[in-house]
Amino acid sequence: MADLTRLTAAELGGLLARGEVSAVEATRAHLDRIEAVDGDVHAFLHVATNALETAGEIDRARAAGEPLGELAGVPVAIKDVLCTLDMPSTAGSRMLEGWVPPYDATTVARLRAAGLVPLGKTNMDEFAMGSSTEHSAYGPTRNPWDLERIPGGSGGGSAAAVAAFEAPFALGSDTGGSIRQPGAVTGTVGVKPTYGGVSRYGAIALASSLDQVGPVSRSVLDAGLLHDVIGGHDPRDSTSLTDAWPSFAAAAREGALADSLRGVRIGVVRELDSPGFQPGVSARFHEALELLAGAGAEIVEVSAPHFEYAVAAYYVILPAEASSNLAKFDSVRFGLRVTPEGGGTVEQVMAATREAGFGPEVKRRIILGTYALSAGYYDAYYGSAQKVRTLIQRDFASAFEQADVLVSPSAPTTAFRIGEKVDDPLAMYLNDVTTIPANLAGIPGMTVPMGLAEEDGLPTGFQLMAPARQDARLYRIGATLERLLEARHGRILDRAPALG
Amino acid sequence: MSEITTETVQHLAGLARIALDEAEIETLTGQLGAIVDSVAKVREVATPDVPATSHPIPLSNVQREDVPGATLTTAEALAGAPEHDGTRFIVSAILGEEQ
Repeated sequence: MADLTRLTAAELGGLLARGEVSAVEATRAHLDRIEAVDGDVHAFLHVATNALETAGEIDRARAAGEPLGELAGVPVAIKDVLCTLDMPSTAGSRMLEGWVPPYDATTVARLRAAGLVPLGKTNMDEFAMGSSTEHSAYGPTRNPWDLERIPGGSGGGSAAAVAAFEAPFALGSDTGGSIRQPGAVTGTVGVKPTYGGVSRYGAIALASSLDQVGPVSRSVLDAGLLHDVIGGHDPRDSTSLTDAWPSFAAAAREGALADSLRGVRIGVVRELDSPGFQPGVSARFHEALELLAGAGAEIVEVSAPHFEYAVAAYYVILPAEASSNLAKFDSVRFGLRVTPEGGGTVEQVMAATREAGFGPEVKRRIILGTYALSAGYYDAYYGSAQKVRTLIQRDFASAFEQADVLVSPSAPTTAFRIGEKVDDPLAMYLNDVTTIPANLAGIPGMTVPMGLAEEDGLPTGFQLMAPARQDARLYRIGATLERLLEARHGRILDRAPALG
Repeated sequence: MSEITTETVQHLAGLARIALDEAEIETLTGQLGAIVDSVAKVREVATPDVPATSHPIPLSNVQREDVPGATLTTAEALAGAPEHDGTRFIVSAILGEEQ
């Protein structure tokens, strides 16, 4: 039998539906792969002990003729920021070590309802704060392309698991690029949906006006299939949109078949096409633009003058919201409790617990957020950052008058070395310069692998952004671009080094 | 340059309920100063005529029907607690000795 771990979720779903492969076989193949390579990659914080049992139930349901979805029996990995009833959910923090939530996140419940088989929980920067997964309390995840390099972050675990063929696809979350930047540096596809397009109920909150849950995969179609499963209105999330969404898998299938991009206007954002980016990244980006133009798309240059303020606004808004969200870790209802020697008041216990339970990046951002929200500074920082947000939304609105999608490299560089930036927070923050604007404006963004950088042979990503609610447009154009790029480079993950 | 001093960080840590140690306060003072100087850039374009945006896609009056639904049992709600007596969370003294 072919190696089941090399198949896309769509391919695997087809074999399962036709009865050529059982869910138990598909799941066992991925568990074996995890066993073989995860000692090196460290994509998983927890591997599900009930995965084969879950798969067996799907096989029995299929044998009994029960109606099943097209992904039933396909394994999936889940970022540890999402609550799971049957697995610990730590968000990469000591604060929640071993904590098993009393409910499933809506996205997880929808995976289960669709018959997907959770393989385990993936590593991440603590509470999703970081761009390298080095801020996980449980040690870094390594990039399958080069084990000495970072897999991006915060969702480095989900991206690495998919890139290393430990899972066909995975769930991630994206607050400032945590799905798209790991996608870029691992050669995988990732989508940050429109704000409110996917439920956040049961997603441990980082910054509530920015967070979105989304798919991580090896193909645009697989991302669309997973998005179709997890998306749509959830009354348990008050920011969830009530829109009726089209099928994103259908949009991807349509895009993959399109023989022309005539009439499509592709806007290159001048401020996100910086001469400061790594030359090999820029070269691949401009090559991809030529492919799009060759397929008939009109390439236009657009300007977004306020994007240069996006990183600054983000690093005010995010810490402010995070400092408030993380106040819930009070050592009373769940998680760690550390009592100072000789005891203490509840306040002293809380302070000792938070000192012991949070890592350096989390403390840094809580303190920064507390500063930005404190009396006398609120207007200067938080108030100003919210105004920048308006200006960025206006930039997007005017750019989308000239273009159907906006594009840029998904990350300014390829994967950097583990340890290279971990002690320099400002340098780390600049990794998200291309991805942050979409979060501030609530619009959808996608990364598609665009080949390897010439100077280091590492993956690069092409980012597409669409107006809010137009996620389907990303899938359609993204799938066409993917086909054009694969015709040029082949599937780039086929060129990743062997592991294990 | 920002006015972040070790006293500022000490004060913020108190507000944030994190018992930072001396070394952390020292490191954070320098780092926070650099970050605050860098993010202060937002003030350059935040003129009074620009309205603030708090949520990218604002919704208002999001309410559900007031009908009883499934809730956690007491045991489920207490299952993750560091300390409980079976019906309630147990916390340390709320007031210090001098209060």
